[in-house]
Amino acid sequence: MTTEWMGVIVTYGITVLLAIPLGKFLAKVFKDEPNAFDFMKPLERLIYRLGGIDPGREMNWKENLVALLTINALWLVYAFVLLLTQGSLPLNPDGNPSQTPDLAFNTAISFLINCNLQHYSGESGVTYLTQLGVLMFLQFVSAATGIAAAVLLFRSFMPKPVETVGNFYVLFVKSITRVLLPFSLVVATILAFNGTPASFDGKDTLVTMQDDTVGVSRGPAAGFIAIKHLGTNGGGWFGTNSAHPLENPNYLTNMVEMIAQVVIPIAMIFALGFFINRKRFAWIIYGVMTVGLLMLLVPTLVTELGGNPAIAQMGIGQPTGAMEGKEVRFGPLASAYWSIVTTVISTGSVNSMHDSSMAMSGTMELLGMMVNAFYGGVGAGLLNFYYFLIIAVFISGLMVGRTPELFGRKVEAREIKIASIVALLSAFLVKGGTALAAWFFIHYGDASWAVKPSAWLNNPGFHGFTEMLYEITSSNANNGSGFEGLGDNNFFWNYATGIVLIMGRYIPIIGPVAIAGLLARKKYVPESAGTLPVDTPTFGLMIFAVIFIITALSFFPALALGPLAEYFSLK
Amino acid sequence: MGSHRRRVPNSPRKRLITTMAKQLSSPNRTRPGLFQKELIGTAIRESFIKLNPTVLIKNPVMFTVEVGTLIMVLVTAYIAFTGDTTQGSLAYNLSITFILFVTVLFANFAEAIAEARGKAQAESLRKTRQETPAKVIRSAGEYKLDERSDNLVQTISSAQLKKGDVFLCEAGDIIPSDGEIIEGLATIDESAITGESAPVIREAGGDKSSVTGGTKVLSDRIKVMVTTQPGESFLDKMIALVEGATRQKTPNEIALTILLAGFTLIFIIVCVALKPFADYANTPITIAALISLFVCLIPTTIGGLLSAIGIAGMDRALQANVIAKSGRAVETAGDVDTLLLDKTGTITIGNRKATNFYPAPGVSQADMVRASALSSLADETPEGKSIVELARSGDWGADVTRNLSTTGATLIKFTAETRSSGIDLPLTGQATGQLLRIRKGAVDSIRAIVQRAGNPFPTEIETKANEIAANGGTPLVVTENEVVKGVVELQDIIKPGISERFDRLRKMGVKTVMVTGDNPLTAKFIAGKAGVDDFIAEAKPEDKMNYIRREQTGGKLVAMMGDGTNDAPALAQADVGVAMNSGTQAAKEAGNMVDLDNDPTKLIEVVEIGKQLLITRGTLTTFSIANDVAKYFAIVPALFTLSIPALQALNIMGLHSPESAILSAVIFNAIIIPLLIPLALRGVEYKPIGASALLRRNLFIYGLGGIAAPFVGIKLIDLAVGLFI
Repeated sequence: MTTEWMGVIVTYGITVLLAIPLGKFLAKVFKDEPNAFDFMKPLERLIYRLGGIDPGREMNWKENLVALLTINALWLVYAFVLLLTQGSLPLNPDGNPSQTPDLAFNTAISFLINCNLQHYSGESGVTYLTQLGVLMFLQFVSAATGIAAAVLLFRSFMPKPVETVGNFYVLFVKSITRVLLPFSLVVATILAFNGTPASFDGKDTLVTMQDDTVGVSRGPAAGFIAIKHLGTNGGGWFGTNSAHPLENPNYLTNMVEMIAQVVIPIAMIFALGFFINRKRFAWIIYGVMTVGLLMLLVPTLVTELGGNPAIAQMGIGQPTGAMEGKEVRFGPLASAYWSIVTTVISTGSVNSMHDSSMAMSGTMELLGMMVNAFYGGVGAGLLNFYYFLIIAVFISGLMVGRTPELFGRKVEAREIKIASIVALLSAFLVKGGTALAAWFFIHYGDASWAVKPSAWLNNPGFHGFTEMLYEITSSNANNGSGFEGLGDNNFFWNYATGIVLIMGRYIPIIGPVAIAGLLARKKYVPESAGTLPVDTPTFGLMIFAVIFIITALSFFPALALGPLAEYFSLK
Repeated sequence: MGSHRRRVPNSPRKRLITTMAKQLSSPNRTRPGLFQKELIGTAIRESFIKLNPTVLIKNPVMFTVEVGTLIMVLVTAYIAFTGDTTQGSLAYNLSITFILFVTVLFANFAEAIAEARGKAQAESLRKTRQETPAKVIRSAGEYKLDERSDNLVQTISSAQLKKGDVFLCEAGDIIPSDGEIIEGLATIDESAITGESAPVIREAGGDKSSVTGGTKVLSDRIKVMVTTQPGESFLDKMIALVEGATRQKTPNEIALTILLAGFTLIFIIVCVALKPFADYANTPITIAALISLFVCLIPTTIGGLLSAIGIAGMDRALQANVIAKSGRAVETAGDVDTLLLDKTGTITIGNRKATNFYPAPGVSQADMVRASALSSLADETPEGKSIVELARSGDWGADVTRNLSTTGATLIKFTAETRSSGIDLPLTGQATGQLLRIRKGAVDSIRAIVQRAGNPFPTEIETKANEIAANGGTPLVVTENEVVKGVVELQDIIKPGISERFDRLRKMGVKTVMVTGDNPLTAKFIAGKAGVDDFIAEAKPEDKMNYIRREQTGGKLVAMMGDGTNDAPALAQADVGVAMNSGTQAAKEAGNMVDLDNDPTKLIEVVEIGKQLLITRGTLTTFSIANDVAKYFAIVPALFTLSIPALQALNIMGLHSPESAILSAVIFNAIIIPLLIPLALRGVEYKPIGASALLRRNLFIYGLGGIAAPFVGIKLIDLAVGLFI
């Protein structure tokens, strides 16, 4: 048991130790200061020339958002077309079929926006061409989109009024050439040497001890799995994601994959500190997020280790903790840690089945996605944190008797309007989506869809409700993990989650970037003794309170009817 | 400083000053209590009038409560007529409807009582504006004040006065309208406006030419020109502001309203979604329960008190005798970074006093004292008088000041440019026809005069002057026919307790700047002693302006107080410009507040009122939202325990029954509004303990308190309600 605890602690420790220098490096990259990867310059220049990008051009927030949205729209069309026609395209050794329009829509969007919901199974639903040319490509660009958008916020913290917030294209290209691509190579190499396939051959066969012949899917998976984690994408090569023995062969790869998915989100916080030269502020953000993580993680670890009370009541001992849905090679703690990490950041890859998590763990996983700002996805975490920060600054500014200001810039009606809309959006999408699903399930159970609403749920009762709530929450948080008990590859879920995915991704990008753009050009007021410093534990507590209150108030009834009801019933 | 070039013996001032001294008495004003009986009556009436949805929609939070109440009225009516009890019993629905209705009324009452208090305050000011006869002078140019050509005067009602009219006021008259004295000088009793019973002098020209309608002339005659259209004076504007008719939401208030509307929308979503959730869980939810949950969750506490807080802020400003031209001005005051204060009257008591005479080498003490006394004999400034007083004190020999006469002398007025004053005295006897030119003034200006005449400026005087200045005194050099006679030492007396006030301001993050005409050495000494952060010495009006501009370029908000026409550009430039009521019309137009008391330290109070306003909003918002935690724990288990018994575990307050839980939550939600009205009206106290410490304190009291209070409150109400169910 001590070893298991040590495994979790060491994994987290290594992550933070790597994240600090990485943050410093990221700040240098985004600030255009000399750094170790300057040898990439010729490649970047080539990309700028091919794309007709003027890297020296500074853009305002509107121009940047137009750039971001346009290029994302192009990728969406590209992905949609290829997925629709993949069956008749090359690199399809297993002869997998083309996707249906609703599935292709859902898949294209979900990878475009860094969610990777995967209403298909990797072995049969896609081909090597679409795995690499569409899905892996989108895993790179969606992660880079998030990073670049977050860096657009940084200027609003600087003590100089500016009209421009940076150049999205340049930030985007550099995120790939200097961060995602090189680091993915490192991770992929480690994975390949530990048994993850990296081959273009089709299925292999193997004969089990029972003398059954089993087809084993393969493919060029190592690189895919590397960017899946580094870019907090989470979409697996294989259907069962990182629970699959080829996707995550042993405890070492498990550690590497866990580190890979959290390291950039944490590094982004420190990058902010180095970029604006306010390391204390970065530590406060890190502190708030880490306290949040721990509040979700500790109950989960304890619950999973304690085993299932229903099994205990049958008089069966559970010395290894709750093992349902978990891999023996990882054990309950490494699985519990993964399940929280993957939900607080927006990866959504799994090494155990969340549908089988204990009710308390399910609550924590859901909360992680509802907040979506404890570290959060690459870039997306800071973007989400930003609107909480704005609301916290506003309320606490009033509380100390001064027009609220963030780093010398007054936070006024327009910024509050945008922040309120973004805060409202989560509640609207998650509650609205779940309510709609529940409505269909109860009142139109026999609707003539491929899968009737009444047949959606593997489990009735509270757990079934949680399955629906989880699916929508995961979509809104661009997470992509699922309570897989839900029959989700059908008309309703493909489109409903597709719409939630788009809104849940782009509005939390547009809102914060717009606020940052508005703030960046405001008059800078030097701080005085009356100004509320935001780099203190007191203010950290304030942000935490705002996050807690907004999340709790928005989601308490839904949690009460789903996982909490299950938890109290099991007790 | 200066007085005017006129025949000295005819000055009416001496007479006035003695009258004033007799009438001096301590001000005694009473603040109105929070809830006066007559105010409550009006407020209750107003609470019902405000139920009008077209009025209430301006407050989105309370508007939704009203809509909820209406729905409940329909539900209750349906139950009453059909006897269908699937939605709960009639009594239960009736109670919920009643409580929701009362919630709206309470919120309206909060606003109404704030308005009523403002009105009462304004009314007492308005009494002074009642119609009074006005003696209008037609063809004002021909009318001579001392000739009493009364055929030109026509008495009309003050209501008929128009801008530009000129009227006459004599001892005993009530001044019919705000205006500016264009001729004459008078003592005026302004106690109706300021509460200060000591009369003040107002005279044409200079910075004290303004008169306010409703005040009373005690002596002499003045010609006054009407400066504002009827109904547009500052007082009219202020009355309209506190009455709410023209009250516009301030930027912070707008932003807060948006945030609260955002929360309200979230809770609409939460409550609407709850219906399908409940269907899934096979739990019937009554309309009463859903609406109760909604009303409890939305921030009704702050929503109901928000406008009351704003009005009360204006009202507090008015109680401090400051007329703000907009709510925005009061709010901006809380954000001020830099405060420009005049030294005289603010930092030092009244004026400097002469404390010593130092003769120049070769000049006898008696000669020097005599010259100094002569130079000031006709000088009515406090400095001048203090010189004469000191000369006559007897310490310099009794005969020094004997037989001093200024008959036929011409007074040379002090100006900012010459920075010296004195008299030209016609000599008698042999030298008849010649003038004795006696001057006193600042070192550099006198040095210039002396050297221009080709005379030496003694180094001993130079050294003495520097010595005086370095000790915080002001040296005044006295000359006779351009020959230096000596130097007079004037000393400032710093107000007791002023450095503590500056300390308080510093803790608020406000930088204080002393503005003075003194030389840099003196200014530095006084600045250091009083504890201001910076000073502008030898200040000319444009120096103030430049300083303000420079601070503003750095992003700072600047407040200043001023009274003269010279100050008008700076008052307009400053973010918060407080003009003294005694000041010129131009100054009052330029500023965004008018201080009726003419008290320069008032700025400090204004800053605190501004801060209090924001703090009250912020803390009550926090309190209101923190309350929701307990309300969830009351209502959510109540909604579901019947069908999901496991959720009884969430009923941590152990409430009696689902009905009593919901009723208790709604009752708590309603009565918290009137309970907090006194706090909203009085304002949450501002403590200059540093922003972080203040946030910690307020988070602890209103955040943690906001979470804990309803747990206790709802439990207690439930115990009471449980007796009936």
